[in-house]
Amino acid sequence: MIDRSLSVLKVALGSFKGRVAAAWLLVVIVAAVFAPLLTPYAYDLQTLSQAFQPPSASHWLGTDEFGRDLMTRLMYGARTSLSVSVVAIGLSVSLGLVFGAIAGYFGGRVDRAITVVVDLTWSFPEILLALILVAIIGPGVTGTLLAIGVAYLAQFTRLARGQIMSLRSETFVEAARSLGASDSFILAHHLIPNTLAPVLVTAMLATGDAIILEATLGFFGLGAQPPTPSWGGMMSSGTAQLFRAPGIILFPGLAVALTVIAINIFGDALVAAMDVRSRERKA
Amino acid sequence: MLLGVDTLSVSIGGAMPLEGIRFDIRKGEIVGIVGESGSGKSLTALAITGLLPLIGGRVSAGSISFEGTDLTKLSPRERRAYNGRRIGFITQNPMTALDPLQRIGEQVDVVSRLHLGLPPHAARARTVELFRQMRIAAPEAIAEAYPHQLSGGMKQRVVIAMALAGEPDLIVADEPTTALDVTVQAQIIHLLAEEVRNRHIALMMITHDMSIVAQLCDRVAVLYAGRVAEVSDVRALFAHPAHPYTRALIDCIPRPDMARGALTGIPGAVPAVADYPSGCRFHPRCPRATDLCRTQVPALVTDGRDSHACHHSLRDTHG
Amino acid sequence: MFTYVLKRLLTLVPVFLAVSFVIFMILHLIPGNPVDNLLRVGSSPDMRAEIEAKYGLDRPLLVQYVIWLFHVLQGDLGTAIVARRPVATIIGGALPYSLQLGGAALLFSSTLGILLGIVAAWFRDRWPDQAIMGGVLLGSTLPSFWMGLLFILFFAVWLGWFPVSGVRGWQSLVLPVLTIGFGGTALVTRVTRVAMVDAGGRDFVLLLHAKGLSPLRIALGHVLRVALLPVVTILSLRIGWILGGAVTVEVVFARPGLGTTLIKALSQHDYPVVQACLLMLSVAVMLGTLIGDVLQALLDPRMRHGHR
Repeated sequence: MIDRSLSVLKVALGSFKGRVAAAWLLVVIVAAVFAPLLTPYAYDLQTLSQAFQPPSASHWLGTDEFGRDLMTRLMYGARTSLSVSVVAIGLSVSLGLVFGAIAGYFGGRVDRAITVVVDLTWSFPEILLALILVAIIGPGVTGTLLAIGVAYLAQFTRLARGQIMSLRSETFVEAARSLGASDSFILAHHLIPNTLAPVLVTAMLATGDAIILEATLGFFGLGAQPPTPSWGGMMSSGTAQLFRAPGIILFPGLAVALTVIAINIFGDALVAAMDVRSRERKA
Repeated sequence: MLLGVDTLSVSIGGAMPLEGIRFDIRKGEIVGIVGESGSGKSLTALAITGLLPLIGGRVSAGSISFEGTDLTKLSPRERRAYNGRRIGFITQNPMTALDPLQRIGEQVDVVSRLHLGLPPHAARARTVELFRQMRIAAPEAIAEAYPHQLSGGMKQRVVIAMALAGEPDLIVADEPTTALDVTVQAQIIHLLAEEVRNRHIALMMITHDMSIVAQLCDRVAVLYAGRVAEVSDVRALFAHPAHPYTRALIDCIPRPDMARGALTGIPGAVPAVADYPSGCRFHPRCPRATDLCRTQVPALVTDGRDSHACHHSLRDTHG
Repeated sequence: MFTYVLKRLLTLVPVFLAVSFVIFMILHLIPGNPVDNLLRVGSSPDMRAEIEAKYGLDRPLLVQYVIWLFHVLQGDLGTAIVARRPVATIIGGALPYSLQLGGAALLFSSTLGILLGIVAAWFRDRWPDQAIMGGVLLGSTLPSFWMGLLFILFFAVWLGWFPVSGVRGWQSLVLPVLTIGFGGTALVTRVTRVAMVDAGGRDFVLLLHAKGLSPLRIALGHVLRVALLPVVTILSLRIGWILGGAVTVEVVFARPGLGTTLIKALSQHDYPVVQACLLMLSVAVMLGTLIGDVLQALLDPRMRHGHR
């Protein structure tokens, strides 16, 4: 399993595009994790005399309307945006796997009930679902996290269900069953591990969408509340300064855009690499 | 000679699934192309109809001459003028052969409008007449129907009418009945042969059914794993096959004197392109194989229009 | 055809009930007493009693839902807490703007998207395809509100071609439509390209070539029609996305509409308005799928004849 993942990763990093995308993601993750070590400023340090500074040696990206260092806020913002998105998608993946596995494995009435709910939410745009949930839970990090998690639940339930259904009749499952393995054993040891690869790639691509969704909620002022910086929140407060200091909006937006594009390119490279791998094994 | 296929090779990607194919078809002749699935029959049909690019293939060597014109040398536009007009095509599965969103009649009309320059009304009249010849009941109504409203047998009659509509000189039929119910198979195949004979059109019929070949064809080309095994007159072929593969195919035909359940295939399977064996590609399944067969590719020995490629031809022993 | 539409409409009834129940529940799931959530702070006991009586807030939950739904279906969406106006009036004022924007964006995205999808499929794996798919990647990954802000900066502030915000004249519609259309077009293009490539590989295409038809005629006259079926299906399922895009973009361009109304109400905790906006958007999504189904039936004779 690890051997295979490593070789898939190697193929994915084989292309120039894949390498650049991976490099950018690494930069963002490092910046997010080590933000306190990488910047001399505090993210909420207001120095009004330093407001609206253009980019310079001491403030690489300039400062905002309160004289806060934009680079610093961008790095701390990456912390919020990335962790919220990753945890939220983690939530939808784990719940989706459970629901999808139950629906796909047992079929019948359980399956129909789950499918009805999934189809229902599927036709609604994620932003609308998230807004409904934020309306219930209230704005903030928790609200955003749960809203995004539930918004993508349908997608992963559906994916896991389809995977399990197609695997259920394969020989190794039949074999396990004939050897007297219990349902939960088969699910945990045979079916769920085998659905992991496609689910993980989809999860990665969905994380990109989640970052946009998080930024959008933040932009509406419904995400992480000030002074906690998030990419969306920075842009939200920046709209008022759009004409005076476009950088306040430009840089966080660019961070969102580049990160999401990098995730998509890297995700596509992974998909292609997995295809190549499976074809090599067949030939 | 109407169609001459000479040392034709086809490549798809890095593979060469068809190699050195050689046979010819005269005006009004019915030629059967036989072999198990995977022997390259359909690819031969696609090469002759110029449809290889659609599946990512191309002619990598050899020629296909139609009344002296090498089709492989033509531009796509020049090549297209032959399709429908000089060469008609009947695909394997009538269920998926028609545009699901267009009325049946329009799909047939377009051939005579495009190639014979008929105005819409005349084209429709011709379509209805062709349907009548294909023994389609209520041809006017069928022309107004959509494909999903027709049975498989009915659809194949439509496809045959479509192939006839451009008054072609050659019809290429790729296993025209395998996808149909057994009961209608014979009906359709005889109808096709009858219409072709009436019009003195040549027919290249791909099939894996040797009894159909025996009943309908004038000549036969046997393909195995992308190469020609044997080309011969149908009588000679059944009386004195040269290639052990041909012999094996003939032995598979069910006969009345056979015991029930004695129906057997040839042991083993046609190798995939990537696994073609060295020497004669039939040697792993051949009862007569020797070391020579394992190492040396047998040359295609030609005798007039007939040819075969075997180191140990059965005809040598027959004398 | 009429019975088909009616049948589809009937299947939407349980969906509507489920969705409206969730939206109804918002009031009960948020912290605090529902009565307080429906009233301004410091309202008189008389008003509390009036609200309680109107919505039967002392009755079981399901009865409350039925009462609420009954009011909603009669067009009574309650009274906005902050604006102190009937919610129906507020929605009635906002809806036309949202419909205008959503409709224009949908038209723009589907026209341009289908066109680009055809071109990309035709030049599959060659440079025009790669260029279009590069644009698609940008369109589907750049956050729409950010694109909107960039458009404002570039076209409105620097070039001064279009107004920054507001709803005066058609010019004010251009940038919002472009903003939504960027993502929407990307979606439609991708779907169309895949559908064209898929349909182009079907058996019947082989026979069309064998009939001697020109590739362009086959692509536009036959493959496109078959490819449009999945495009229409996915488009109708994703009409909600385009509407969702409208919500965001309205806020960016400070356009009146359901989106701005919803976001404002959310920040003001004006729950009757929140509920009404969400309900309207949900109904729009449902109608979108209905329209898609009807279009599909118009395009596909098999559906008309009740096969499949």
